[in-house]
Amino acid sequence: MSDEGSLNLFQQQDANRRRTVVLVVGFVAFFAWLGFGGDYIYYLLTRDAPRYAYHHAFPWFGIGLSLIAAAIAWYAYRTGPQKVLWSTGAREIVEPRTDQERQLVNVVEEMAIAAGVPRPRIWIVDDTDPNAFATGTDPLHSHVAVTQGVLDLCTRDELQGVVAHELGHVKNLDVRLMTMLAALVGAVALMHDGTSRVLRPGGGSSEERKPSPLVLILLVVWIVSWILAPIIAQLLALGVSRKREYLADAMSAQFTRNPLALATALQKIEGAEAPTTHIKRGAAHLCIADPLGRRLTSHEGLFADALATHPPMAKRIAILRGMGYAQLKHERS
Amino acid sequence: MGPLVLLIVLVVVAAWVIAAYNGLIALKNRTLNAFKQIDVQLKRRHDLIPNLVNAVRGAMDFEKSTLEAVIQARNQAVKVNATGPEGIKQISQAENALSSALQRLMVVVEQYPQLRATGNIGQLQEELTSTENKVAFARQFYNDTATEYNTKQQQFPTSLVAGLAKAQPADLWEIEDQGEKAVPQVDLSLKPKT
Repeated sequence: MSDEGSLNLFQQQDANRRRTVVLVVGFVAFFAWLGFGGDYIYYLLTRDAPRYAYHHAFPWFGIGLSLIAAAIAWYAYRTGPQKVLWSTGAREIVEPRTDQERQLVNVVEEMAIAAGVPRPRIWIVDDTDPNAFATGTDPLHSHVAVTQGVLDLCTRDELQGVVAHELGHVKNLDVRLMTMLAALVGAVALMHDGTSRVLRPGGGSSEERKPSPLVLILLVVWIVSWILAPIIAQLLALGVSRKREYLADAMSAQFTRNPLALATALQKIEGAEAPTTHIKRGAAHLCIADPLGRRLTSHEGLFADALATHPPMAKRIAILRGMGYAQLKHERS
Repeated sequence: MGPLVLLIVLVVVAAWVIAAYNGLIALKNRTLNAFKQIDVQLKRRHDLIPNLVNAVRGAMDFEKSTLEAVIQARNQAVKVNATGPEGIKQISQAENALSSALQRLMVVVEQYPQLRATGNIGQLQEELTSTENKVAFARQFYNDTATEYNTKQQQFPTSLVAGLAKAQPADLWEIEDQGEKAVPQVDLSLKPKT
């Protein structure tokens, strides 16, 4: 079991490293396309201009946008975890003050030992809805956050299961990919809001000549990519998190050897109807359960597959139960 | 053509030997490191026990023998000066005895609600639970890592390089007491929860 598990782990780590690189390259390439595309269109538009008018010959936009995108990606990598934590209003537990906080710190320390990773930094989100997430770039720089609701509702064993699930994400480097994604999605949304104001019609001054059809087509494609950018980013965020929840559940079971506790914890999290108001859409895919309380999560199918960030809770619970009973049977024989 | 093929085969074989050797060494070091983690947690537990005993001593005149057993087991465990995975038999014997003594103490504390009400026994109980869990999880992690190491060095074809890497099967940390094995983990949640 441990052999198979570790093989899985290394594959997952490699896949996550690779996907993070692909994500960053794709991000920069997308902006390069926007920039150089714009340059080319502008070049075509000004090519036939009179001799002393402006000719767009050097691709300023392309170079500029690519550099900006690279800078954003670097910035996102450096500050992504802090930004995610900041957006949820989490507070760090440095010195535990209450019994609850002390128990949380103890449980995180225990699970870090079980997972064989350094102790992550511990945060609490003051929200009564039970939820939890992990963020960071690697096991040495990782953060685990739980909501007050988890501390209030879950028993010690269940808390262990939840924390172990998050440490599973940390150990197989899901956190790197998902945090990068959250930061880049945020950046795209921000840039889009800012630049669509600039791009709005009325800014230009040229109605002198009819541009050629080629230029028109390019222009349309280019504008469509601008409009689609945030949607693509969202879909990426959705697709990336569903499968890995099952894996993190399995890792939690491996760390605690107690899959039934995580099953009941998930049941409690699911049972609490209210959405986690402190956790916004941008960080939804980082959480153990969908913080937006979308009912889509309870189905599986083409539609739900395309739009939900999390796999159906009932299925996750059923899988964990199966593990739990198999384990009990094994121990008795 | 012939020599070229031979050369390629040799290079491939050499590359595989190096990779297998390095893999075994990495696993060996991870096993040693996992064992160190147990040591760290055991030391933590040894340091915690005197505080714990002092905290309950006043309130526990009636259960002197249980306390004595804990102190004795702790002193026995501290005295063991075996180190590393080679001394695992000795260490685990003493530590398992300490675990059962602590377990008995926990049961006693549970039995006297007035004891739990006094002072910071609740806090100490949490600390004790956590300490026991940490020891148990460090042990579990060591056993998992050691099993991986043992499997790797015995499996064909890595077993061919095992001698070269001086790989010896690492001893696992046995848990003798069946009751002790069940304590930190199994919630017995067989009864349906509503």
